[in-house]
Amino acid sequence: MKLISVLFTTMVFIFLSACDTNPYKHGEIMYQNFCASCHMDDGTGLEGNIPPLAGADYITQHRSNLACIIRYGMQDTISVNGIIYNNAMPGVPQLTDFEIANILNYINHSWGNDYGFVTIDEVRASLEKCKQ
Amino acid sequence: MRIFLYLSLLIFIAACNSKPAGLPILSKQHEVDGKLVYDTIPSFSFINQDSQIIDKSTVAGKAYITDFFFISCPTICPIMQQNMLSIQNRFLEEDKLLLISHSIDPKRDSVVRLKQYAVNLGAVPDKWHMVTGKKDEIYEIADDYFNLVLEDPTLPDGFDHSGRLILVDQNAHIRAYCNGTDSTAVKAFISSIETFLHDEID
Repeated sequence: MKLISVLFTTMVFIFLSACDTNPYKHGEIMYQNFCASCHMDDGTGLEGNIPPLAGADYITQHRSNLACIIRYGMQDTISVNGIIYNNAMPGVPQLTDFEIANILNYINHSWGNDYGFVTIDEVRASLEKCKQ
Repeated sequence: MRIFLYLSLLIFIAACNSKPAGLPILSKQHEVDGKLVYDTIPSFSFINQDSQIIDKSTVAGKAYITDFFFISCPTICPIMQQNMLSIQNRFLEEDKLLLISHSIDPKRDSVVRLKQYAVNLGAVPDKWHMVTGKKDEIYEIADDYFNLVLEDPTLPDGFDHSGRLILVDQNAHIRAYCNGTDSTAVKAFISSIETFLHDEID
């Protein structure tokens, strides 16, 4: 009987600590270091000048370009949720493939976004296309 | 005898409790004819997003909030400018309060680019001036705006990365400032502006 209660307590503890773990913690830290000063902690960007990442149609429509944008930046004029943005974004060339994947997964699962999981293979295939 | 003691104690306490009205003047002081006077913001002449000259006559009889930024700044400017935007919108109806954002990158931030940036951001014309000008003059006046008596000597000094928002009154004195990237500090700054407007403008 005692064994069962010990087991039960252990199980509860494991479940609780599992629930507590944010699977995108590393991506979140990287996001805060490299992205949040422009795209903001809550992913809303800056009115008319820096596009939002929260609820952004651009992310779902350009899935295979996102890794390249993070690494090399972007000069294009783009439309996000119907609003035109034309300020250049600087790239972050020092990020590794894994770090980029983690950032993308954090973005894809934050602020109400539910844009699916990005694999490291997917990131590497994207980066291959825009290799500079 | 004892009553005197109580009375003087009472007067003393009352004197300690009497706060000076409104916000203190934070500008540095210098001596003129043996008297200490507060430094004022010197005269300036810049161009705003609508190609209008912005100088002392623009702010005559008015207070303003000012900061220093540049459009392509990837570090602290976006959050500062977002906070400036909420200050603009909070005090939209207050005619006696303007906003002036100085670009410290006049080479790239042309009037055309500033206009585009201002329109996109939602800066109200004649309320929030995005100004450019001679680089030396902008950098010089930045020194004047930060020429205040700091209460916290640990604040970073590099001006282009200090990200301060500054309240200048109708007499060209600095009355309040905050770290424009710190949302708690900005909230406190907004209440300082409210106090100031209530006490000295309205």
